[in-house]
Amino acid sequence: MGSVKAELLRLWKWPATWVLIGVWLVMTLSFGYVFNYIALDGGGNARGMSQQQLVSAMQPENVGAAVVRGLPMFGGAIILVLAALAVGSGYGWGTWKTTLTAGPSRVSAMAGTLGALAVVVVVLVALTFAADLAAAVTVASLEGWDWSLPGWAAVEALGASLLIAAMWTAFGVFLGVVTKGPALAVGLGLMWAVVTENLLRGVGSLLGPVESLTEVLPGGTAGNLAGAVGGSGAPGVLTNLSGTTAALLLLGYVVVFTGAATLLKVRRDLV
Amino acid sequence: MIVTTEKLTKRYGDRAVVDGVSLSVRRGEVYGFLGPNGAGKTTTIRMLLGLVKPTSGTARVLGEAPGTPKALLRVGSLIEGPGFYPYLSGRDNLRVHAARRGVRAEQVETALEQVDLLGAAGEKFRRYSLGMKQRLGVAAALLGRPELLVLDEPTNGLDPAGMADMRELVRALAAQGQTVLLSSHLLGEVEEICDRVGVIANGKLVAESTVDQLRGDTVLLVRADPIEKAHVLVEGSELHGDVLHVREADTGALVRTLVHADVDVLEVRPLRRTLEEVFFEMTGAA
Repeated sequence: MGSVKAELLRLWKWPATWVLIGVWLVMTLSFGYVFNYIALDGGGNARGMSQQQLVSAMQPENVGAAVVRGLPMFGGAIILVLAALAVGSGYGWGTWKTTLTAGPSRVSAMAGTLGALAVVVVVLVALTFAADLAAAVTVASLEGWDWSLPGWAAVEALGASLLIAAMWTAFGVFLGVVTKGPALAVGLGLMWAVVTENLLRGVGSLLGPVESLTEVLPGGTAGNLAGAVGGSGAPGVLTNLSGTTAALLLLGYVVVFTGAATLLKVRRDLV
Repeated sequence: MIVTTEKLTKRYGDRAVVDGVSLSVRRGEVYGFLGPNGAGKTTTIRMLLGLVKPTSGTARVLGEAPGTPKALLRVGSLIEGPGFYPYLSGRDNLRVHAARRGVRAEQVETALEQVDLLGAAGEKFRRYSLGMKQRLGVAAALLGRPELLVLDEPTNGLDPAGMADMRELVRALAAQGQTVLLSSHLLGEVEEICDRVGVIANGKLVAESTVDQLRGDTVLLVRADPIEKAHVLVEGSELHGDVLHVREADTGALVRTLVHADVDVLEVRPLRRTLEEVFFEMTGAA
């Protein structure tokens, strides 16, 4: 518990944590509500969504879907950057050296980092939900729609959101440990989350096996889980795998990434 | 013994960075670990703290395997400069460290006071001078009142006053029975505060003893005229240019002998090698 408390204290006071969470909140509100609202009120609807679709996307009862649909790609990339920075920076600052000589075992030290990042992820998803709900209620009230609070489907969507965020966090941690620095970890992570998987999907339209592979890659799996719980209309959201399959695959990624990162941390010299 | 190593070795490829080092640190002593840059001091210390795994050989720290929580919780360390979060204040950095060590937060203030950083404890670590960073590192090492303090170049970056303060702090800790393993390449520092020293060069421990033993016996320097006659008269004397070196001599008897033989005695004084001379002799020969 000491390791989790220590990591939470330093992540809580780290400006990067709040900057990245803030950037994500601005993005989710802008793309989920502000632009849709402008399009709804006489602006150009470039995505070809019907008025009814726009209204539905902004209804308070669909806030769960609004939260989850942003996470497979852009939200995931932000979470990955946060995790990669949190772990990778420790090598440059020399704080891993301080941590590993403080007393806890290497496994405990890693568990502390993972535990604290898990808390940050829960906070991020909770803040996203709260911000989206506030925006949705505001829009519904301004437009005078009949609206209701989110139901059970929102709980399912939030669970999926947490699992997707956990996978990207674990991926970021893994990259931070492998590269032993923040810059390469962030670069590789962003490249993967935003570029590589999309390029592979492009190749997949030409080659069947590659298309099948993209469905089960980290971003593809996250997109499929988001699609399975109602997320739609955002980049990276897919509907080719069942929710259960996607959830199990994501769980597998979390275990593999955290396990590999911890194993490396335990076995490798810190020089 | 607080620390023992037996043929401790670390190789990177074909290169032995630490080569068969066997040393021992006794409870309550200040042990100086001397060596030029790149001699293997820090790698040895990293092995004692479990940061680096030995290629071969063994080590025990407080009776435990190095790097285990049982050992680390009883050791405070500062290795190759302090590693702290730049965006946190000195106090918050120590709070984070205290939480990791399972130490009560009140000890943070005591540690800050010990290194004279209370006044700057609220400032961000990135704004600290090198000396302040170093002192914060020592404060972190003191948290939890460890049985063994491992300080790797603790006076790096300190101004003369800061160095004197650090030496005073180490002396005060030693006076309280604190065992200290102090690595340094500053020989004056080691000579002043260490009970015993180990000298490492090219990865090998070339000597381990008290500073007195390392410096060897005092010899008498005799300047006389004619020096050749004095050399013949004084049994066991060594002629070094225009002076004699005489070991285990009775100064009074020696002067009487020379004066009775009509030799002019121009100068007689004790001569002892400095630790620096011994160090260069050892590390140059290694």
